[in-house]
Amino acid sequence: MSDHAPSPAQADAWSQLRALTSARIALGRVGTSLPTGAQLDFQFAHAQARDAVHLPFDHGALSEQLATRQRETLTLHSSAPDRDVYLQRPDLGRRLSKASVEQLRSYAQTRSQGFDLALVVADGLSSLAVQRHSPAMLERIDELARAEGWSLAPVVLVEQGRVAVADEVAELLNARMVVILIGERPGLSSPDSLGLYFTYAPRVGLNDAARNCISNVRLEGMSYAMAAYKLLYLMREAWRRQLSGVSLKDEAPVRTLEAGVEDRQGNFLLGTEMA
Amino acid sequence: MSFSHTIGGMTWHFDSLRDLMAKASPARSGDFLAEVAATSDAQRAAAQMALANVPLKRFLVEALIPYEQDEVTRLIIDSHDPAAFAPVSHLTVGGFRDWLLGDAATETSLRALAPGLTPEMAAAVSKIMRLQDLVLVAQKIRVVTRFRNTVGLRGRMSTRLQPNHPTDDPAGIAASVLDGLLYGNGDAMIGINPATDSISAISELLKMLDGVIQHYEIPTQSCVLTHVTSSVAAIERGVPLDLVFQSIAGTQAANSSFGINLEILREGYEAGLSLNRGTRGNNLMYFETGQGSALSANAHHGVDQQTCETRAYAVARHFNPFLVNTVVGFIGPEYLYNGKQIIRAGLEDHFCGKLLGVPMGCDICYTNHAEADQDDMDNLLTLLGVAGINFIMGIPGSDDVMLNYQTTSFHDALYARKTLGLRTAPEFEAWLARKNILHYDDNGLRLGQGVPQLFHQALARLS
Repeated sequence: MSDHAPSPAQADAWSQLRALTSARIALGRVGTSLPTGAQLDFQFAHAQARDAVHLPFDHGALSEQLATRQRETLTLHSSAPDRDVYLQRPDLGRRLSKASVEQLRSYAQTRSQGFDLALVVADGLSSLAVQRHSPAMLERIDELARAEGWSLAPVVLVEQGRVAVADEVAELLNARMVVILIGERPGLSSPDSLGLYFTYAPRVGLNDAARNCISNVRLEGMSYAMAAYKLLYLMREAWRRQLSGVSLKDEAPVRTLEAGVEDRQGNFLLGTEMA
Repeated sequence: MSFSHTIGGMTWHFDSLRDLMAKASPARSGDFLAEVAATSDAQRAAAQMALANVPLKRFLVEALIPYEQDEVTRLIIDSHDPAAFAPVSHLTVGGFRDWLLGDAATETSLRALAPGLTPEMAAAVSKIMRLQDLVLVAQKIRVVTRFRNTVGLRGRMSTRLQPNHPTDDPAGIAASVLDGLLYGNGDAMIGINPATDSISAISELLKMLDGVIQHYEIPTQSCVLTHVTSSVAAIERGVPLDLVFQSIAGTQAANSSFGINLEILREGYEAGLSLNRGTRGNNLMYFETGQGSALSANAHHGVDQQTCETRAYAVARHFNPFLVNTVVGFIGPEYLYNGKQIIRAGLEDHFCGKLLGVPMGCDICYTNHAEADQDDMDNLLTLLGVAGINFIMGIPGSDDVMLNYQTTSFHDALYARKTLGLRTAPEFEAWLARKNILHYDDNGLRLGQGVPQLFHQALARLS
């Protein structure tokens, strides 16, 4: 056993820097190439992100979960028939299928007074994010909506949906506000990031300028509590001013509870005497 | 004017030069999304045959986007140099491909030809070229630019060290900068995509990068990728700024969606020049482009995405840029679906840019919802290395933790250096050797052992 030469892979002498960033620094090298460990770590991260994109939206499980707390759901489909088309035709993901439009229309006829708030859940680019984070997020939004006295439409689940599909859902339901919870484009180190988009007076044809976005909701990112807090601020302001989007800035006072701000190292490449 | 071509017992008709160009484009998802692509492989091949018969002169009289409606078209037509065009003015698109591959096309003759070519001519000929043609012709061309070092020389390939951090934390950025420098990256620039876009945040990042470059006497330049008007504002506040950045596209309407026009770019360029910070030269604009940007702004006028992209290079060359970067796989699968489409697009962009005299680099990249992976990036990196690309990105472990996409790593650049014999900019190479970071011996490229003396004090600050 002792006959074997040591591995030609070598660690970097500056691995202490890894504590300073989530970037993949100080990976070491073999010759000048990636060592086997770092190479396989990358492949696993990419595989997770790919799986998050292609994992089917398990709307049945989500419906059942919501049913346990007496929350009604409607399951719809966008105009994109499958994942392959969805990825190449964002325009189709923004509109409901004909059958879904009919389904929603006949439902809305039974509820002609409309709703204050509609909640939509769509797979977007990460069903994993929706699966992991939408139940808890929906529960918090329900709570705050009830506290404000807003009437709630059934939770609408849309397969192969993009952000703008919420506008069509809300218009058909005659909802004054809509929030869509949607899986964001997975990063290599963040396969399960959930995005929340809010629109006041939603209707088909609006663009991003009419929406407000709360991004990166996941365990390592924005907490459910913080996302709900920011969303409530936006919705209250929108309700009062009757608008959303670029003219509605997120100015919610944020309590700086994050620890360690004063402990930060700063730019260690230059001493404080130079910076 | 309409075009037609008869082959295999069928006559194929094309409504206009714009239609012919789109139908002749090798297949990609963005052109299908725009509903301008050929509807069958045979129609595409017939369109390529018809396009090969179009005289190059035709592009000077039939604008794909009307002169009256678009300032980019006006720039292209008004700045065309007929004397430079003369050596190829008698050729068709097909004849031009043959000329480019032939012995008359040399580094010298191609440099002289560049001002005589329009983007549409370059795009047209690229559509009837295979990957090896795009590599071979680009390899003949060199576009050399200078600021604090020299980029684009034959046998050299530079890297943009991209030390992005999700919250712009100075320690996190500094960690990635040091990692990159110790892997011999950063000669094209040290360039940050900021997470926060306020003037004060941008100014802090610029001061930080300037401090590092000055203190360690690194022969490179800095950039913070913010809107050109923010760079002008920073310059007016006396912030030390090297390269002026802007995303650009190939139509006036798409540029308008970026909040720019030619006049705003000129103001940015002149503000940069006023600082006179270059020591080797004053190429100081840094532009980013990418196929699909005009379509995503609904500003493509029915023109295919590769032609729109090439028109952006006419905008770029007007401002003597230091570097132009086609961020080829960033935009997503609705424009470039898979590795095959991304690889072809990267080589088209590099070829067309170089042919027009633009110092092309490429962000060899993909997103997780595209059908692409590291193997595809290795292919494109190797091909672009052979083609003589000016620069690529260098980031830690291929993972951009701020922008959430994958691009070439510090290690990837060293792979290309080793296999293709590509060295860094000469000034930077001398610095790396002097500081015991990277040197060449009889066996080729060698990284130093441990942390060089130069950075001992910096690391000591952390302990």
